[in-house]
Amino acid sequence: MTTTIKRRGVLRAGALGLSGLALPYPAWAQTGSPGLRPTSPPLSGEDIRLRIAHGMFDVGGRTGHAIMLNGVLPAPLIRLREGQNVRLHVENALDEDSSIHWHGLILPFHMDGVPGISFPGIKPRSTFTYEFPVKQAGTYWYHSHSGLQEQMGHYGPIVIDPAGAEPAPYDREHVIVLSDWTFRHPHEVIAKLKARGGYFNRNRQTATSGSMSAADRAMWGRMRMDPSDIADVTASTYTYLVNGHGPAENWTGLFTPGERVRLRIINASAMTIFNLRIPDLPMTVVQADGMDVKPVETDELQISVAETYDVIVAPADRAYTLVAESIDRSGLTRATLAPRLGMTAPVPALRERPTLGMKDMGMGGPGSGHAQHGGTAAGGMDGMDHCTAEHAAMGHCAPGASMKMDHSMRDKSLVPPSVKVGVGVDMIAPMPVDRTGDRPLGLEQVPHRVLTYHQLAPLVPFPDKRPPARSIDIHLTGNMEKFMWSFDGKKMNEGAEPIRLALDERVRINLINNSMMNHPIHIHGHFFELVTGQAHGHPIKHTVNVMPGGKASFDLTADAPGDWAFHCHLLYHMHAGMMNVVKIRPLADGGAQ
Amino acid sequence: MSLLAALLLTAVQCTPEHAAMGHCKMTPAAKPKPVARQKPKPVANPRPRPAAAAREKPHPAVTPRQQPSAGPVCTPEHAAMGHCQLPQQPAAPAPSSPAPPLPTPPATDPCTPEHAAMGHCRPAAATPAAPPSSAPPPAARSGPDHAADAIWGADAMAPARRAVHAEHGGFTDNRILLDRLEYRAAKGRDGYAVEGEAWFGGDYDRLWLKFAADGTFGEPLESAELQALYSRAINPWFNLQGGVRHDFGHGPDRTQLALGIQGLAPYWFEIDAAAFLSTKGELTARVEAEYDQRITNQLILQPRVELGLSAQDITELRVGAGLTEVEAGLRLRYEFVPEFAPYLGVEWERSVGRTADHARAAGERTGGWSFVAGVRAWF
Repeated sequence: MTTTIKRRGVLRAGALGLSGLALPYPAWAQTGSPGLRPTSPPLSGEDIRLRIAHGMFDVGGRTGHAIMLNGVLPAPLIRLREGQNVRLHVENALDEDSSIHWHGLILPFHMDGVPGISFPGIKPRSTFTYEFPVKQAGTYWYHSHSGLQEQMGHYGPIVIDPAGAEPAPYDREHVIVLSDWTFRHPHEVIAKLKARGGYFNRNRQTATSGSMSAADRAMWGRMRMDPSDIADVTASTYTYLVNGHGPAENWTGLFTPGERVRLRIINASAMTIFNLRIPDLPMTVVQADGMDVKPVETDELQISVAETYDVIVAPADRAYTLVAESIDRSGLTRATLAPRLGMTAPVPALRERPTLGMKDMGMGGPGSGHAQHGGTAAGGMDGMDHCTAEHAAMGHCAPGASMKMDHSMRDKSLVPPSVKVGVGVDMIAPMPVDRTGDRPLGLEQVPHRVLTYHQLAPLVPFPDKRPPARSIDIHLTGNMEKFMWSFDGKKMNEGAEPIRLALDERVRINLINNSMMNHPIHIHGHFFELVTGQAHGHPIKHTVNVMPGGKASFDLTADAPGDWAFHCHLLYHMHAGMMNVVKIRPLADGGAQ
Repeated sequence: MSLLAALLLTAVQCTPEHAAMGHCKMTPAAKPKPVARQKPKPVANPRPRPAAAAREKPHPAVTPRQQPSAGPVCTPEHAAMGHCQLPQQPAAPAPSSPAPPLPTPPATDPCTPEHAAMGHCRPAAATPAAPPSSAPPPAARSGPDHAADAIWGADAMAPARRAVHAEHGGFTDNRILLDRLEYRAAKGRDGYAVEGEAWFGGDYDRLWLKFAADGTFGEPLESAELQALYSRAINPWFNLQGGVRHDFGHGPDRTQLALGIQGLAPYWFEIDAAAFLSTKGELTARVEAEYDQRITNQLILQPRVELGLSAQDITELRVGAGLTEVEAGLRLRYEFVPEFAPYLGVEWERSVGRTADHARAAGERTGGWSFVAGVRAWF
């Protein structure tokens, strides 16, 4: 467990530099925070009260309209203990429906907080009480599942302390909530995306930029695809936040040299996948999505939307910059870890923007060993050469002929008839391969260690050892120009057939990404085993980032009866239709109590 | 060590995929376990035993670890080359990436067969390959359609359910584009031109309005047209559009039926092609193509071509059968914001064929150059 004695000393320092109640941040999110203190946790106990209301949010010298909980952004930290019961009384002071979904928590489906699927929603000027037993430990978060409210600030962290010993002990902890803020109304954001899919991309390929050959440019043009289309919404409108602070505000978390500091990193963004690093300070990942993993040391990790990573760092007596760079490198945010308030470390410049490659088009290519294709290599046509010397020798193919192979980018015969390849599907990946072992997009060639899913091993293996009895393929589909997103070519409003599972059934879900975008896919109410094929075990997660043109599989034990949301956690992708319902039957007696 | 060496050797000579296709035989030492496991496991009773332990996910008990299999025999790459057929589900689970034995080090199992033989460890249990893709068991269809109805009541849930479905994908919007609003400086008389469009609707069905007019300063409107079309998306990039067009301005008015396609062609060409049938039975057509070449992210050069065609002579309008006119423009715009871009450019237009003859007979010009300056805006 944490040592409260060490913390006492810095507690005063924290209180000194801060004015407390008047600030629109919870104490842990204030700059100069000494970290979380079990002695005065922000919100804990059996009864917790939250109030959703409009508020004004300041960043970078501007003020914008936000939806805040208890008047702060991010929303208050909820700190619970495994084994307790909790009642959360949520008052909706908005003029529209609202909701809170407890992201990653195992609870009865009707407490999951998705309007229209798990409950009717929280009506304006009413209070809804969530009540459930806390069955797990780890770092989680909560957010609105109504409309686009999450974009406006309706998100906050949850930390659950284990009932037993902490497997990854630490001396101090900081919560790092990453998010993206825009002064535009979210309805305006999606309207722009619908009008022009690449609206927010101000770093497109031009006649003179980049090193791409004319042939490659022609190929991308023929497909009507843009190799610079990495993120739909970019720093052209977003300010990236750490604990509600923009880069200029430089949120600072304090530590005492020699301490083991645990950073509970939550990507609460609407649309932004971040590359996260702390130059000169290796991070030991001890938890992913709230589940303990065998410690693995790394220098940089990519955290997709809705994922969480807990890392432990051992900083020396100096300041460090925590850098969170958006995946398209249109912008970054920074925070500082320092022994004393006011200290800073250099902020690295934005690195060159990545470019999609053949593997991102679903052109397969050799296994994960060739992950360096694409990325900044801009094109990587050699990734297409499936005619290896061995094959050629056996007369199976002619080397060099690969460019002549007909790689239709929309071959309907590659998907089952249940996939509707219509207006909403502009691409079928010709040869999608499992990419869970690949370095994340844009980090293929950085000269330091980068976390991959294959490196994650559960500290405690998943209890259900049964092999999956059947598999379900789910195609991730979209139309970039029209900004339509769906599963199996059917948007949620088009009556997509729910995913039906029998209670306690064990299934393998194969996610096949037929688009050139990353999609963080999240299932409610369950953890799954991400099938990495690694001998050290499969990580247990609630959200998996499926790389462009790639595949990811997970094994799921359908042990929670009820209806559960299943969706891409990029907010506007979900809003555009990339969502479905997982129905697990039979329900227990009297519903799912 | 010997296993690794054997694996590497095999990598060069006989890949598991090839072996499986009968193209070569693998040395027994290197025979990777996974291939043997590829045999689809018949599932006699798909209904699994209830796993009570599974509910205690967060802190499960320690049990033997699993070992992966190496992936399907028929990789997509092979299938694409026609060497084999993919299983019915093209995405049969590939526990590890279907990794051809290339530089990638094989996934290391600390418990090698040699060790196991010496009794030092127990080989990990295998992750079975490719479970079949099958329909959900009957139990999955039992119980109420909507679980939440049982808790909150169908009346409370129905409107929320309608809303959640409509909200996720059911988007309608509108856009108004003023494509060209420009001053045309030409020899003789300066003029103006305006062209724009607006749409209202969702992803598939839209009401699409198009408007164009041009003229010479000091003279009456030369030509103007308004189209009201129903637009239906027919593939990811193109819309089929049908409706009416009304021409007014100089000369006799015409009302016409319009049928065309508009969209984005390969290589990012914006295409708008339509045929028109007037109430007098005259058939004409128009094809427009334009392309945005980004010089920088804000400076954009747009070449544009427009062709007019007619199926017959229309003396009243001084139009001849065949190709009637050609317009070509080159505009350089600067997008201060994507919604607003002033531009400079040149425009060349010319009547051709018998249409040009008509013009000459009437003593009119058959075309020429003009310099243009204008704005492009949308909202």
